[in-house]
Amino acid sequence: MAFLTDRKRAAGLGSAKTGTDQFWKMTRSSIALQVMIPLFVITFGIGLGGTYEEVLAYYSRPLPAIIVGLSLIVCVSHFTAEAIEATEDYVHGLAGKLTIIGLNALQYVLIGVGLFALARLAL
Amino acid sequence: MADVNRGNRPLSPFMIGPYYRPQWTSMSSIFVRITGLALLAGSILIVWWLIAASTSEAAFGFIDGLLRSFVGDVVMFFAMIALFYHMLGRLRHVIWDFGYMLDVEKSELFAKGMVLISVLCAIFFGIVL
Repeated sequence: MAFLTDRKRAAGLGSAKTGTDQFWKMTRSSIALQVMIPLFVITFGIGLGGTYEEVLAYYSRPLPAIIVGLSLIVCVSHFTAEAIEATEDYVHGLAGKLTIIGLNALQYVLIGVGLFALARLAL
Repeated sequence: MADVNRGNRPLSPFMIGPYYRPQWTSMSSIFVRITGLALLAGSILIVWWLIAASTSEAAFGFIDGLLRSFVGDVVMFFAMIALFYHMLGRLRHVIWDFGYMLDVEKSELFAKGMVLISVLCAIFFGIVL
């Protein structure tokens, strides 16, 4: 029988291994979604459907570019966290670690490419 | 407390069907996850559309034509339902986390509301935009 307390034994367990950090992170990004998803649907919906020139003109205005840029950051990181959560639940060991690394890479590629595209459209 | 079976307890069992009757609470929760995963895939299309628009008219024409075709419209419509459904599902999580609506009746009511409101929102924005 060890001298460890129950608190100490529980630390680092759970599927995410980081205690309640992920829970709090999801709470924050869930609240951010409530703002960004309606804004994104309206903004992107207005922009979709125009000709090439109309789209270029639309995204050279600050508001559409900023809203779509912010939504990309908020939504892609939230959906990645969602996918990582699912990975932690169902994929274990090395495969799980590699899947999480791959999802992180996908997240940064999507956000990076999207923001670059918006900057280029806007400027 | 701590000296219990650690290694081989069942994790995330897939028991829906013969062992576990589907309910509004469980199914609505599962669909929050499914829509989250699908929307990560869907955001690839959005980023593709943006980078194509910033690259050339030909690149833009391809992906824009894809998104505005009949199949593209259907995909966009379901993506919109998924977006609003996921948003409301996460709102429900936040409400639960703050300690409200934890009883079964209210959770089930919210689940039915999530389906209804997300479909209505998608139809509304699909027509307006």
